[in-house]
Amino acid sequence: MRSVKTALGLAASLALPAGIAQATDLEVTHWWTSGGEAAAVRVLADSLTANTEHTWVDGAIAGSAATANPIIISRILGGNPMGATQMNTGRDAEDLIRAGLMTDLTEVAEAEGWRDAIRPAHLLDACIHEGRVYCVPINIHSWQWMWINRHVFEDKGVPVPSNWQELAAAAPALWEAGIVPLATGQPWQVNGIRAVMEQGIGGPGLYLAINRDRDEEAIRSDANRAVWEAFAQARDMVDDAHSGRDWNIATNMVIQGTAAAQIMGDWAQGEFAVAGREAGVDYDCLPGLGHHMVLDTGGDAFYFPRIDDPETRQAQLALASLLVRPDVQVAFNLVKGSLPVRGDVDLAAANACMQKGLEILASEDGVLPSGEQLLDSDTQGQMQDLAIEFFSSDMSVDTAIDRQARIIARAR
Amino acid sequence: MTTSLTATPAAVDGPRGRKPRRRFTPATIMLYGVLIVAAVYYLLPLYVMVVTSLKGMPEIRMGNIFAPPVDITFQPWVTAWDSACTGLTCEGIKVGFWNSVKITVPGVLVSIAMASVSGYALANWRFRGSEFFFTCLLFGAFIPYQVLLYPLVILLRELGIFSTLTGVVVVHTIFGMPILTLLFRNYFASLPLEIFKAARVDGAGFWQIFLQVYLPMSIPIFVVGVILQVTGIWNDFLLGVVFAGNQNYPMTVQLNNVVNAVQGVKEYNVNMAATLLTAMVPLIVYFVSGRLFVRGIAAGAVKG
Amino acid sequence: MALPTRRIPFLRNLNAKIAAIPMVLVASVVFVGGTLWTVVHSFTDSRLLPSTNFIGVEQYERLFDTPRWQVSVTNLAIYGSTSLVFSFTIGFLLAALLDQKIRFENTFRTIFLYPFALSFIVTGLVWQWILDPALGLPNVVRDLGFEGFDLALLGNPDTVLFALVVAGLWQGTGFVMVLMLAGLRGIDDEIWKAARVDGIPAWKTYLFVVIPMMRGVFITTLVIVASGIVKLYDLVVAMTQGGPGFASEVPAKYVFDFMFQRANLGQGLAASTVMLLTVLIILVPWALLMFRERKG
Repeated sequence: MRSVKTALGLAASLALPAGIAQATDLEVTHWWTSGGEAAAVRVLADSLTANTEHTWVDGAIAGSAATANPIIISRILGGNPMGATQMNTGRDAEDLIRAGLMTDLTEVAEAEGWRDAIRPAHLLDACIHEGRVYCVPINIHSWQWMWINRHVFEDKGVPVPSNWQELAAAAPALWEAGIVPLATGQPWQVNGIRAVMEQGIGGPGLYLAINRDRDEEAIRSDANRAVWEAFAQARDMVDDAHSGRDWNIATNMVIQGTAAAQIMGDWAQGEFAVAGREAGVDYDCLPGLGHHMVLDTGGDAFYFPRIDDPETRQAQLALASLLVRPDVQVAFNLVKGSLPVRGDVDLAAANACMQKGLEILASEDGVLPSGEQLLDSDTQGQMQDLAIEFFSSDMSVDTAIDRQARIIARAR
Repeated sequence: MTTSLTATPAAVDGPRGRKPRRRFTPATIMLYGVLIVAAVYYLLPLYVMVVTSLKGMPEIRMGNIFAPPVDITFQPWVTAWDSACTGLTCEGIKVGFWNSVKITVPGVLVSIAMASVSGYALANWRFRGSEFFFTCLLFGAFIPYQVLLYPLVILLRELGIFSTLTGVVVVHTIFGMPILTLLFRNYFASLPLEIFKAARVDGAGFWQIFLQVYLPMSIPIFVVGVILQVTGIWNDFLLGVVFAGNQNYPMTVQLNNVVNAVQGVKEYNVNMAATLLTAMVPLIVYFVSGRLFVRGIAAGAVKG
Repeated sequence: MALPTRRIPFLRNLNAKIAAIPMVLVASVVFVGGTLWTVVHSFTDSRLLPSTNFIGVEQYERLFDTPRWQVSVTNLAIYGSTSLVFSFTIGFLLAALLDQKIRFENTFRTIFLYPFALSFIVTGLVWQWILDPALGLPNVVRDLGFEGFDLALLGNPDTVLFALVVAGLWQGTGFVMVLMLAGLRGIDDEIWKAARVDGIPAWKTYLFVVIPMMRGVFITTLVIVASGIVKLYDLVVAMTQGGPGFASEVPAKYVFDFMFQRANLGQGLAASTVMLLTVLIILVPWALLMFRERKG
């Protein structure tokens, strides 16, 4: 168990200045470059400098997985890997792990009891391949929120909806008043609406039966039909110019009152905050579309490509350990606007919507694994294509269900 | 413009189309009319970008993209160059400037040297199989470079030049080769054969003809090649990031990080300024090299 | 063009052969080799990384069964033919106009060429704004008094491709113009003098004398424009992300989405193989024809 002791020693390297490790430059690639994100990265970098003798060399590449993926994978393939990298969790990384290109973090994870500390448990599961730990979950973002501008309804004398069906019912009145009932934009946002409906309207049972158990009966059930019918309602509730719109522009339509509602992840809240709007007064946030109170636990994770140099490896383990430390978790997530991956930390600073989210996360059955933890990105992509085709045409619900059954049957 | 002007020596090097006879003939008015209308179409987006880059964010949110700025501010330009966050460092897009220069200068020189010589060999010194390889090369022009990313990574890794300046120059030379070779081959092939034959009779060899006869006659096409490569290499993002190594990240990495942030408020004014700043180098090349667009002197060379 | 090709020993043209080594290596190792790599891996179930687990033609069956792919191909055909015609017409026209001994030639040339230098990440956004019914030109037209004017080029599946053409031409015709201009400047002044002496009108000289002499430049331009069309990707991502629906999806985007975003390398490479095969079917007979003609 010498290696465990090493890891422990690293984790507490401040307390043990005798230090086994030498100072190493650790290049970290990630796609956090906007103002708030960069500030959050600074928290991580500063705590690496403060707590270890290693240095964080920043390798930011903006543009999410589409831009960063080819770069990260090429660097790893080319034999010049970075010390650590943000990557989408879940099925995709399996290839790299199987090819022996990723550092095994199990020793740190066991020594520090990640299994007990990290909540919900799905998060760590997504990092485990054949019993070994290969990544560090670092925050929680959830998608299942509907944001509603209260004033739009109050001004028109329409009751403020408390769930999707009430919003859909109010749609004709909203159109009448020249207001777009639902703001949306680029393909991933449209697909998000569908996925959230599967969880919020279909419920956790349906969502898991389809995406985890790949159950064809569930796909052909009435519950799933209701999901697609709601999605069909949604396609009549958006404006013609939505295609290609950025998500924050759509959020601003809701803030300005040119649109009534948006289905978008918890990151949208930052836009309301910047605009000085107050939850419950100016806007409402409805988890699970107001039907099933569920949240999924997507989020970001760091992977550590395998580097044979033992000193770099120790620096990697030190960073891995640091990322889940309670104080780093709190400091990072408060800046990032996401939730920490540990249940044992204090988040008094969270606002009303975040508190709602925390409550759901505390309840065992309100927490769902996110889409990328259940399906590989190929299957998710096909579902997105289907959602887009459905949303932009008059495809029937029956056809959509048939197509969904085919995609899920083919999922690996 | 006037007939008297065309007689001056300065105009001899200039463009020589059909000569307009008088100042405001209907034909000249038409000519300039069309050019100005076309210029408006090309300038409209630039106008929007410049105007936006001089506004503050509150003014941009008000929504009229064509309105001139009420309060002109140069802050977005300063921010873009000097202090925009591109990840952990908030030093703007200036960080990668010299790296881009280090990649672009050898990249342009090597790729144009290689391709012009290949084009010349293909046009005037054909050998067995040369046309087959040329067809393969042409085919290469149609392969999206992303498709070849992984094989090239493996190839350069085996050659030991992955993540080096040499590596990225090699890659730019490879991807520039199809179009550039075609460009030079077709241009050299269109030069009068008599010039080549005369030089051969005088006993000039492969390199002499290329350097002393063809090169001076082909300045416009070299300018086109330079324009193509400077633009392509300076604006390249993916190849630079993958093949140059993290110590040589080009400026487009910073540009991408400024304008392509996934979350948070988009600072359109800073984005526009950053884009325009990044484009400065190719723009200067266009403007300066444009003066070399003199008419070819093919006939003169024969006589001389 | 070349010297008479006699049966020659290996050592003849040695300098030329040495000079052509890089070209030969690039053509054979990178392009031919890379294409073979692509074709081989299109028959595998490669996901994030290339693997050699062969699964037959499964990727192709799936490809041809995917509505998005079929729409992408059709879209490219429409975009490509429109864009090709206008690139050549506008590019040549501008070059011919600039060649009229005009004032401010350098300024005009730079104005037409500058979009070529701009990254599409941001200019895509500017074109989105300009074409936006509420923000951009349609709004200006309405303010001028045409109240019913409601042109949402980007939001309408029937017109979105033409919006892409408008932005694509804005970016690319400047370079076509420069190519054509270089071609025009290579034309001997004597030709023009002779034509003028014979009293041939300018447009006839262009059409029947100058353009045939510029064959090389036209072929170069054709390859550049056509390869740009086949590889069309950045513009779509920046302006429409393929929408609305699939109305502006293109094959290259399908390929890259599957290769890099959806971790299905096999599917991306199958699509890429189909693309390249199509190019080959057009290119090879054309190349044979071209070289035969030149020999004759």
